[in-house]
Amino acid sequence: MADRFPSPFEMPTPPGAEGWQDLYAYSTVFSEDRREYEDSTFWFMDGVHTPEVIPPWDATILEFAIIGLSQYNTRHYVIPPALGVDLRFLNGYMYLSPVGVADPEEIGARVPEFAERAGYYFQNWDRLYAAWMPKVRALIDELESISFSPLPHREDMAVITEGRGTGSALDLLSTYSRLVDLTLKLWHYHFEFLNLGYAAYLDFFGFCKQLFPSIPDQAIAKMVAGIQVDLFQPDDEIKKLAQLAVELDLASRFAGSEPASEVFAGLRGDPQGDKWLAAWEQASQPWFNFSAGSGFYHSDKVWLENPDIPLGFLRTYIAKVQRGETLERPMEAVVAERERIVAEYGELIDSDEDQATFQAKLGLARTVFPYVENHNFYVEHWGHSVIWRKMRDLGRVLVDAEFLADADDVFLLSRHEVPEVLFDYYHGWAVGVPSRGPKYWPKEMTRRNGIMNALRNWSAPPALGTPPEVITEPFTVMLWGVTSDSVKQWLGGAQDDGGLSGFAASPGVAEGPARVILSADGIADLQEGEVLVAPLTAPSWAPVFGKIAATVTDVGGIMSHAAIVCREYGLPAVTGTAFGTKTIKTGQRVRVDGNTGSVTIVDS
Amino acid sequence: MAQILWFENFQPEDTPVLGGKNASLGTLTGAGLPVPPGFAVSADCYRKALADNGLTGQIDALMAGVDPRDTGSVAAAGSRARELIGALGMSAALAETIGAAYARLCSQCGDEALPVAVRSSATCEDQPDASFAGEHDTYLWVRGADAVADGVLRCWASLFTDRGIAYRLERGYGQHGAAMSVGVQQMVRPRAAGVAFTLNPLDGDRSQIAIDASWGFGEAVVSGEVTPDNFLVDKVMGTIGRRTISAKTLEYRLTDSDTVTAVEVEASRVSVPCLTDDEIAAVARLARRAEKHYRCPQDVEWAIDSVSGEVLLLQSRPETVWSRRPRPQGGTGIADPITSMVQTMLNPTKPLPQEDHHG
Repeated sequence: MADRFPSPFEMPTPPGAEGWQDLYAYSTVFSEDRREYEDSTFWFMDGVHTPEVIPPWDATILEFAIIGLSQYNTRHYVIPPALGVDLRFLNGYMYLSPVGVADPEEIGARVPEFAERAGYYFQNWDRLYAAWMPKVRALIDELESISFSPLPHREDMAVITEGRGTGSALDLLSTYSRLVDLTLKLWHYHFEFLNLGYAAYLDFFGFCKQLFPSIPDQAIAKMVAGIQVDLFQPDDEIKKLAQLAVELDLASRFAGSEPASEVFAGLRGDPQGDKWLAAWEQASQPWFNFSAGSGFYHSDKVWLENPDIPLGFLRTYIAKVQRGETLERPMEAVVAERERIVAEYGELIDSDEDQATFQAKLGLARTVFPYVENHNFYVEHWGHSVIWRKMRDLGRVLVDAEFLADADDVFLLSRHEVPEVLFDYYHGWAVGVPSRGPKYWPKEMTRRNGIMNALRNWSAPPALGTPPEVITEPFTVMLWGVTSDSVKQWLGGAQDDGGLSGFAASPGVAEGPARVILSADGIADLQEGEVLVAPLTAPSWAPVFGKIAATVTDVGGIMSHAAIVCREYGLPAVTGTAFGTKTIKTGQRVRVDGNTGSVTIVDS
Repeated sequence: MAQILWFENFQPEDTPVLGGKNASLGTLTGAGLPVPPGFAVSADCYRKALADNGLTGQIDALMAGVDPRDTGSVAAAGSRARELIGALGMSAALAETIGAAYARLCSQCGDEALPVAVRSSATCEDQPDASFAGEHDTYLWVRGADAVADGVLRCWASLFTDRGIAYRLERGYGQHGAAMSVGVQQMVRPRAAGVAFTLNPLDGDRSQIAIDASWGFGEAVVSGEVTPDNFLVDKVMGTIGRRTISAKTLEYRLTDSDTVTAVEVEASRVSVPCLTDDEIAAVARLARRAEKHYRCPQDVEWAIDSVSGEVLLLQSRPETVWSRRPRPQGGTGIADPITSMVQTMLNPTKPLPQEDHHG
């Protein structure tokens, strides 16, 4: 077994992708100037958020996300053993490297600062968290208010009569700049509570493991899990709409496989149909700002703009209602079960001191957990949906100006190029001469699309560089599921017997035919009773969890989206298997043991 | 003097004449646990038999003469005592009483030649609850009133096995007050049986139930003649966190001659799990019920009836290894959240499922 991963400098550029580096910020690619540092560092591919190649503008959000995480660790809360997470793009894929604090003295010196700063947030958590929601809602409102439109043939007369003294192109440039700033701000908000939330949760987690060394991970998660989680609300809305469709006697209108546009057109004008459509409209804001992917790609399909996705789930639910099955999650039973678990483990603790500590840590974990569970909807789903939508509007402006053939080509520009492009457009408009863009960009976009396709076919190694002896950085373990064991597994390749192991992310054992799904587009193929095998799952796939038997993912830890949703749906899940989608073939019978984290191919 | 005490009518004050094992079966029956029905022949019967035959003083004298440091002396006195008791026979009256109780058990279970286990349940006047696990004899698959009476007599004699004498000496229990009650209990033919600890014996984790299981009668597991399958079940979640399937090459099985014998397991079953997941869950639930009843970690014996599929409780006694040690403590659990978080970050617990190093 090798003791290190390939050097990033050994990685060849895939044929046809030459020049890919120029599409990403100069500071985010591996380079000879920093080779010594980069070669001696451990980098893992972030398959949790970005399993696929990252278009240049999409890299913006990733850079903002990682810098947000980093600054809170390093500069805001002064997490004693952890600085930020370094980031590089290699052949269009994102590699991350958590940075620890090596010097024990420096760690010690950071402790009192952490105590003061994090302590303040923990002590005032409810008040500060209560302020978070309006803050993020206001930010999203501001994002929503952004509008991009082509530069006018003439400035409006009002610009003259009001003596404004500025023109539309300045607005265009500053609006783009505002969109970028708001995106960065959104990611500041994202990490305002998250690192602390994880720290408190991990503390409770660690204490439970001390008391009960063999306690299943999911038992700990269940003790703190919230009951009403915003992340499940979109799915709940679809269930309500399914119920309503049956109540209004509209079920037959959904029976076929017509696209949403036709189904909705058929409902319009009919009193019952209008009533249902009004309910759909109401539910869609904000809940259908829900991405079918991780939310980190502009190409991730958002329900609001792709109503065929929620419609598919709606049809499944309508069929269930008609069969007399109940859709509602049994809240009282869920609450009772959570309390039973807490009480029974509690009874097994002998000393009063441990009992008190257990209760205190549980209390804090429960205080912080709603944020951990809920932020994802507001940032990755709602916020990102709006950002992608606004960028597409800007793309349309550039299509109108004949710079681009397709609005989505705007995502092939890096965020730093966009102001330059807009300035070219501005220049032509102001001077009254042709801009260079229409001659330059269509050809360049053909080249860039070629690069993206070449990068898409590259098989990104799970890690690069020299792994540390042990992986201890809490967020790396918690969020990305990267542990000393997974590193060992990556180095050694998949198990010889074709078996896989990963995190026991959701309890239970199930067996069924596998269905390997590589992107959200494939989820419609899933059949009742199949085992979903995917690089990762998105919470928006929730409705398919009603019919599958179990889930296996390549990436993700016990707090990954797949883990949370599967626990909610009571399905066995094994996450972070690294090789699930490569080892398992659709149609093979697999046994998923969510109690031990093992996946076995029963027969081929 | 009560000669026969039925488990279903157990009263705690009967404990001194029942011995630890029979008292425990009575207690568990009373708690509604699925214990096979049966009765105990009171230790008073043993005392009376010795007294009626003038053996009490003789045996006391034999025991008083034992030199605890000399195994030869223990063996000689034990052998003589067993000989004396074995030779005394059983009074017709007591044999009839035991026969009547056996007949009642037979009719209760609907089998006129009901197979029963005849088990020793030693008692000490000064230690009424003492458990003498494995120190004395047990007879399996005994049928018919005469055979049962004979088993009772042999159990009496086994009060003076060398290890029984040595055990009492070691514990400082008086030899004089020692007496033998005998349990007679319906026996089922188990498809699998074994033991369960209501904690993880490897680390004392009280949230876990460790089950050792093998084919056939539980004796193979209890005696250690077979490496059993091992399962670790979480008490609260019911999840099976670890399963180790062993090569179970031997089982105690009922042979054609109607006796329980150790035989080789056919190849096709050797490495097959002897319990289904549902059965594992049922065994764990049973062990948990016993623990809840006694309010302390238990070491239970169980068997699965091959006919009804029911999981039966054969024995439950306090777990002694971890219960005597200081508890594994949260210990480092620091109440102050910030200090504790810093410690957690500096010494992260590996948040991973435990690897199975036993398979």
